[in-house]
This record gives sequence, structure tokens and C-alpha cells, in this order.
Amino acid sequence: MELTRPELLQLYYYLRLTRALEDRVTALYRQGRIVGGAYTSHGMEAISVGYALALEPDDIIAPYHRDMGAFLVRGMTPGEILAQYLGKRTGPTKGKDGNVHLGDLSKGIFAFVSHLADNLPVAVGAALSFKIRGESRVVVTNTGDGGSSRGDFHEALNLAAVRKLPVVFFCNNNQYAYSTPLRLQMAVPDVVERAKAYGMPGEIVDGNDVAKVYQVAQSAIYRARSGEGPTFIECKTMRMHGHSEHDAARYVPRELLDEWKKKDPILKAEQLLTQLGYAGQSDFQEIEERVEKEIDAAIEFAENSPLPDPSEVYDGVYANPRVEVHS
Amino acid sequence: MITATDHETTYLEAISEALDEEMEKDDRVFILGEDIGPYGGAFRVTEGFQEKYGEWRVLDTPLAESGIVGAGIGAAMMGMRPVVEMQFADFISCAFDQITEMAAKNHYRWGAAVPLVIRAPYGGGVHGGPFHSACPEAWFFHTPGLKIVAPSTPYDAKGLLKAAIRDENPVIYLEHKFLYRRVKDKLPPDDYIVPIGEAEIKRSGADLSLITYGAMVHLGLEAADILAGEGIDMELVDLRTLSPLDKETIMTSVRKTSKVIILHEDNKTGGIGAEISAILAEQCFGFLDGPILRIAAPDTPVPYSPPLEEQYLPKVSDILAAARQLATY
Repeated sequence: MELTRPELLQLYYYLRLTRALEDRVTALYRQGRIVGGAYTSHGMEAISVGYALALEPDDIIAPYHRDMGAFLVRGMTPGEILAQYLGKRTGPTKGKDGNVHLGDLSKGIFAFVSHLADNLPVAVGAALSFKIRGESRVVVTNTGDGGSSRGDFHEALNLAAVRKLPVVFFCNNNQYAYSTPLRLQMAVPDVVERAKAYGMPGEIVDGNDVAKVYQVAQSAIYRARSGEGPTFIECKTMRMHGHSEHDAARYVPRELLDEWKKKDPILKAEQLLTQLGYAGQSDFQEIEERVEKEIDAAIEFAENSPLPDPSEVYDGVYANPRVEVHS
Repeated sequence: MITATDHETTYLEAISEALDEEMEKDDRVFILGEDIGPYGGAFRVTEGFQEKYGEWRVLDTPLAESGIVGAGIGAAMMGMRPVVEMQFADFISCAFDQITEMAAKNHYRWGAAVPLVIRAPYGGGVHGGPFHSACPEAWFFHTPGLKIVAPSTPYDAKGLLKAAIRDENPVIYLEHKFLYRRVKDKLPPDDYIVPIGEAEIKRSGADLSLITYGAMVHLGLEAADILAGEGIDMELVDLRTLSPLDKETIMTSVRKTSKVIILHEDNKTGGIGAEISAILAEQCFGFLDGPILRIAAPDTPVPYSPPLEEQYLPKVSDILAAARQLATY
């Protein structure tokens, strides 16, 4: 079934917003204004935009570090996200954590940790609680081709499959785990082979086609919500920047990047919108200007936000502390 | 070494009762682990639970400690009160980063509480060998954001487990295997908790303080009786909670007695005794009338063969020797 114009335009808007935000993150990083690391989803925006828009408001996401689109779709503002990057008090972790380690339970977002695939069992646990309580909520989680080699990936898939839990596993296969190419990570041609071994259906989708990602996500989420259990979705894509912004990624062949540049998710979405007669160049221009303005305002908000007070280092080790934790 | 009275509640039954009562009272409480369902758990703590509470509140899981703890964390963030059972505390190492990176740091990083309990049957004296006897507390003692409790009696076992389940934070509940069926208490019929973070003066004394926890408490009490016959009046502090440590009770006792022995079953180097020694040296130096002494297992894995394990575990005679040494200062 074709997507409607509002659906496709919304997907396109979030692709642009994500790209604009992360372009600015890259620029801030190069200017030395971000004190820590910067990890972006350049060229892979369609995956998290696609799955996040396929969810209902009370569903849960357990994303990883290439999922900026999902944070935005779930209602985290570009201002808050940039504040986090700048270590400001107005970021979701109030300066306790950096870059895309963003979480907010009120928006149904679990914050991930740098230990890749650790978010998968946690996602499964949320799905388990929905199953125990008989709620029709769904969890979507994501990790990379790299994360799929960790034990937690396998433990999570297995547990979810055995118990038929309402969780959808995405895998952003961007062909490199930091500098290590796929052929040194796994002996199977597709990550989805791993999921099939646990007895759950798996699909491969063009990760640069936001409409396809969205539609595949919709069916998997529907399946999970109907009590039929987990699905695994491998999104084939390419990491267009380094592992992080400090990494020039010279280990990636230039030709590979040139080839994938032609398959840019924004370009693809524009082609589809044009082809369906939903929008044209002027609409794209208008949306681009709109997101640039949003990002300008976000930068202003983040830069004008206060840094945390040094005394806040001691706060929050425990929830409701009963005993003094620092002396 | 330990005297048990008939018709009272064992340490193991106390744990089972606490779980049962919390599950009965609160729908959010559920348990997951390996072989805890129809089999009732490796030590039979959850015998009959699945019959009573059903398959979705008493979940047999695949053999996957990291996955189980991770699932517990996710469920806890969604408003449940999961109690994860490690079949043996030794296997908690498989779940290490879920505990130290996810559960422990969540609230500090982004304010999401993780009300999760991990039950871990630990300790030696049961001929378990290197992989069924470990005391894992020091690994987690070093991790901010976790709470660790280690009851020594059925009363505390029940009260601390209830407190742990009701706590908003991840709590590692160390239940000593040696004590399961060896100690008994008459328990109050009404609901009670033992607050996390409070040590107990198990025996009041004037001449020196013995600071300990878990199965070693019973060794300490036995030693205290012998020492009393020699005119040495030993105070015994049962920590009960290891993290956060009840520094006030420890320091108050040492300020009173001026002499201190720290006893634990865990390996000596980098153990909880090392931290307590440092706290006392920093904050009670002026009160001390003798060296701070530590009695602990040597820095080896827990060996299997009886003469080796006997040599490995701290003994009453070690406490007597240390106390007599301190008495001469």
C-alpha cells in the first residue's frame, strides 16, 4: 500500500531535521565546541525515523547511537539534544552523560550505554512487563552489525523468541563496526541469519528507503502487538561518516562511499515524493529552511543554557537515598 | 558451631517467606531465573511458587544471566519489581555489565530508577569448589549506584529481602548457602523490614570490636563466648548492609573499644575489610590503641578438597589469635 502524502511528508521532515541537527553537531565538533565525542547517523537517518514513526505514543524505544531520528520523533527537542552535547544542565541527563546517551521515560525512550547490545535485553524486559500485565504495548530496539556479535544480542533474541514477547529488533547494518568490515565480523552473509537461528522471522530492508523501513516496521510492530512475537529487521545501509566525528574512516574505500552517496535517504525520499506527485523542489526548499530555523533556535537555547553546578556531581547516585552516599 | 532450635524458621524459609509475602501483596513483584519454576530452584527457595503465582510471575529462563538481569532492568523501568535469581552467586560475573553499567548508572545518568533485586546464593563451606563458592561482593561494592545486603540470620534475611524488594534501587541480595538450613529464628508474625543501610550491634563489648557479616557473624559469636571466658569483652558489629556502608555504627563501636578486627570470607586484597580499614585509619586514628587487623580468605580461588577449603576459610581460632594479640596492646 502506498503511503499517504502526510505520512511521507512527515517522514521526510524528520529526515531533514535529523540531518540538519547532526550536520550542526559535526560543525560544533570541528569547531571544538563539543568537549567530548560526537556520534552521528549520517546516511542512516531513515532507519530510526522510519521505525519511530511507526510506533504509538505509549510504546517504548531502546535505541542505540545511530538513532537520532528516533529521539526527535519521540519528542526530544533539538535544543535539549544540543544541550546534552554541550554538557549543559538543560540536557536530558543534566550534564551527567554526553552525546547521544539520551533517555527520558516520559517520552518512552531508554537511554543506551556504550556497551553495545546491552540495550537489547533491557528492551526485552520492557516487553516482558507488557506481556505479564496484558498490555498491548510494543518495544523497538536497535543495534548495529557490530553489536550483533555480542552475547547480549543473542541472549535477548533468544529470550524474546522463547517467550514470544512484543519486541521488534532492528539492526543497522552499516558494514563497519568502527573500522572492522563485515567479513571480519561474521561468517554469514546477512545478520538476519543470526535471528532466524532463534526461531523468529527476519527481514532485510533497504535501510536508506524511509518509506520501506516505515512499512516493514509497521507490520512487525503490528505482529508484536497482536501477540505473535518478535521480528528481526536488518537494514542494509552505509555509515557515511567515521565511527565518531574524530575518525576520518580512511579504511572505508572511497568508491563505496561514492556509490552509497547516490542512495542517500533524503534523495530517495525526494524522488519518491516527486514520483508520487506529493511534493516538489519548492516544498523541499521550504522544509529545509524550516528545519534550519529550528536548529538555529536550538543552538541558541543550548548555548545560552547554564552548565551544571559542580556540586551536582554528588546527586542522583541512588533514587530516594536513605543514607548519605558521600562524606 | 551453630545451634539451631526446632520449630523455628530457617534462613532459607525466611527468604522464601519474604518472596511469597511480597508477591502476594504486590502484583508488580515477579521472579525470574534458571530452574525456579516447577523445579523450585537449585536450593528450593521457590518451591511451589509457580503453582501459586503462575508461569508469568515465576519465569523459568534460558541459561543467560546477562539477558535475565537486562530483562529485569527493563521490567523494573516499566514499573515492575523483578527479583532475579542467580543460581549461584558465582554466575553473576556473566551479568557484570548489565549490573555495573546499566542498572547501577541509570538513575545517576538520566533519572530512571531501577527497582531490581538480584538474589545471589554465595559463600563457601559447602564443598562447591572454585565456581560454586564465591563471595562476589567486592566487585559490586566498588560500583556506585548499587546496594548490597548480606544477612546473617533468618530475621534479617526476611526483613532485608522485603526492604530490597521495596527499594527504588538495584539491590544485590547475598544469601549465604552455608546458613540456608543451619540457622533458625522465631520470626514475628507481622510484616516487618530490616532497613537497608543499618548495621547491628550483635553483641555489645568494651575491649575490642569485631566487624563482620554473613556466615562469619556466627564464627564471631562463637569466638566472643570463648574470649569472654578469658576476660576479653568483644563487641560484634554485623554490617548486614555492605553498600551503602553504615560508617556511623562502625566508627561509634571503634571509638568506644579502640581496637578492631575486620573479618570476612571474601579474599583479603581489595575486599570490604580494606575499605573499612581505610575509613578507620582516616577518621578514627586518634581513637585506636592497636593496629587494625583483618581476617579474610587468602588471595586464591576457593579450593574444593576439604583440607584445602578448611585452610582457606577463616576460623574461630583466627579470631581468637587476633583478639589475644590486640588485648596485649
